[in-house]
Amino acid sequence: MRDAPELVLDAEEREMLAGAAGGAAHLAMELIVEMAKVARATRLVPVRSAHIDGCLYHGSVGLDFAERLAREGGRVRVPTTLNVSSLDLLHPELVRLEPTTRQYARRLMAAYEAMGCRPTWTCAPYQLPERPAFGEHVAWAESNAIVFANSVLGARTERYGDFIDICAALTGRVPFAGLHRNDERGARLIVRLMGVAPEAWVHDEAYALLGHALGRLAGDRVPAVVGLPTSTTEDQLKALGAAAASSGSVALCHVVGVTPEAPTLEACLAADGSQAELEIGPGLLRAAWQELSNAVDGQPLAAVSLGTPHLSLAEWQRLQPLLEATDIAPGLTLYVSTARHVAADIEARGQAATLHRPGVQLVVDTCTYITPIITAPPGATVMTNSAKWAWYTPANLGLRVAFGTLEDCLRSAAHGRVLRRPPAWLDG
Amino acid sequence: MAERPRRLRGRALVAGRAGGVALVLDEPLSFWGGLEPASGVIVDERHPQHGQGTAGRVLVMPGARGSSSSSSVLAEAIRSGRGPAAIILARAEGIVALGALVVRLLDGRSCPVVELNPSDYAGLRSGDLLDVDPNGEVEVRRPRAVP
Repeated sequence: MRDAPELVLDAEEREMLAGAAGGAAHLAMELIVEMAKVARATRLVPVRSAHIDGCLYHGSVGLDFAERLAREGGRVRVPTTLNVSSLDLLHPELVRLEPTTRQYARRLMAAYEAMGCRPTWTCAPYQLPERPAFGEHVAWAESNAIVFANSVLGARTERYGDFIDICAALTGRVPFAGLHRNDERGARLIVRLMGVAPEAWVHDEAYALLGHALGRLAGDRVPAVVGLPTSTTEDQLKALGAAAASSGSVALCHVVGVTPEAPTLEACLAADGSQAELEIGPGLLRAAWQELSNAVDGQPLAAVSLGTPHLSLAEWQRLQPLLEATDIAPGLTLYVSTARHVAADIEARGQAATLHRPGVQLVVDTCTYITPIITAPPGATVMTNSAKWAWYTPANLGLRVAFGTLEDCLRSAAHGRVLRRPPAWLDG
Repeated sequence: MAERPRRLRGRALVAGRAGGVALVLDEPLSFWGGLEPASGVIVDERHPQHGQGTAGRVLVMPGARGSSSSSSVLAEAIRSGRGPAAIILARAEGIVALGALVVRLLDGRSCPVVELNPSDYAGLRSGDLLDVDPNGEVEVRRPRAVP
C-alpha cells in the first residue's frame, strides 16, 4: 500500500493550521489536513459556499464538536447554509422528542447559527434563490444536495458530511480531491434505458424508481444515463439523484442531453475510456417498485409523507389542486415537508389555506423520517412518493412503507388504506 | 489453535492499535440508518449482515453507503463504547475516518481505521483474529476449524 503523497499548503493555510486565525480555524484546518491525506490530495482548494449537515442532532459528539468550535470563536469564511435539523421551530409541538434531547438539538442549532451559518434548515439548498454557479468549488453535505450540485448545477463538491462540512466553512478550504478534479468527474458507467415506454418519463415517480435502480447498480461510480428526454425537469433530476444517493453512493450523475457536463455521451465519459455498460429496463424499475415497499396493499394507512427532499414550489403547484380535491380520511395525517422559504412563498401566493385543510400538516426545518413526528404505533403503514423516504423509514421509524405515485398517495389518504395502481409504464 | 499469522501492509487513515475478531460486511453499510449507536448492532434490514453486532469487532467493510450523517453515527457508537474496535476498508473513505478522528480529538478514545489493498482485503474472513498497529499493519490469524 502506497503512502500518501506530500500535501503542500499555501501561506494562509499554514497560518490557520498554526493557530494564527484562532482556535476554531486551527482545529478545522487540522481535520481538513487529515482528510486531505486520506484522499491523497497534494493541495487544498478554496470553496465559495458551504452547506452544513451537522446541525441534525445524532448525539453528544456532534454537539460537543459544534459547541467547542463556537466557543473557540469559529466564524464561517464563506456563505454557509444549514440542512434540516431535528426540530420544527415553527411548529414545535409536532416533534415528540423528550425534553433533554430537544434541548440538545436546539443547542446544536444555536451553535451553528453562532458561527454565522444561515438558518435555512433545508435539505434542498439548491431551491434557495442564490445557488452555486457552473464550475464553482463548494463544500456541500447532505447526499441529495451533493448529487444535485454536481449533476444539475455543474458545481463541484465531494461527498461531505458531518464535521468536515463546518471545517470547510470555517477555513474556506477543502482537499483538492475526488469530484473537485476534472479527472474524477468523467462517467465510468454507461446506463442505457431500454424498453421503457417514453410516456414513463413525464412521471416524477419514474425518475425515483430509476434513481433507486441506478444507485443499486452504480454504487459510488459516476454514471452517464442515456435515454432520458431533454424535457426532464429539475424536480425529476432531484428525485433521481436523491434515490441514487440513498440506495447507492452516487454523488454525480450525468444525464446525456440534460445535465450541463453531458451535452453528448462522449463529452462526459472518463478520459481513460474505461467504462462499464449496463441497461435498465422495465424489469429493474418493477424490482425497484417492489423493493421500496414492505407494506401490504389494502392495509389501513396511518400517514402519508410528501416532500422528501423538501418540496419545491413547482412540486407544490402540482400538489395544491390535488390536495384541494382530496378529503383526507379521519385519523390520518398527510405531511407536507418543505423549507421555510418555500412555505413563505406558498403563503405569499395566498395558498396557505390548502395546508390547513383537515388532515394536512405542514412540516418545516426538519423531515418526518429523521425525528419523531409521525404518531403511529410500530408496524403501522405509511405511504410516500419519495424513494429516499421509503428507503430509510423502515429502519429509522420501525414503520411499514408503501411507495406509490403522488396520485396513489392522495387516493390512499382519502380512503384511509393503501391503494396503489402500478403505473402502466412499469409493464414495458 | 490458529494458523501462522500473516502480516498485511495497509495505510493508517486513523492511526492506532487495536485488535479483535473480524466481522466482514458483504456490502457497503450506511452507518446512518444502518447502525444503532447505543448497541452497535446493524439495523438495516436490507443489509446481508443485518442483526450482527459490531461492538469490539474489527469491522471489515468495502465502504460506507449513502448518507453524509454516517460520520456522526460512527462517532456516537465509538463514544458509547459499543462501536467497532477498529475498521478496515477496501478503499480510503473520508466519512469513516472522520467519525473516528473526531472522537479521538474530543475524547482521546481511539478506533483505528486502515485501508488495505483490494487483494489483501479480499482475503479476510469473518472470525479471523486481526491486530491493527499504528503504522497500518494488520496481523491476521485464522483460527483452525474445530473438528
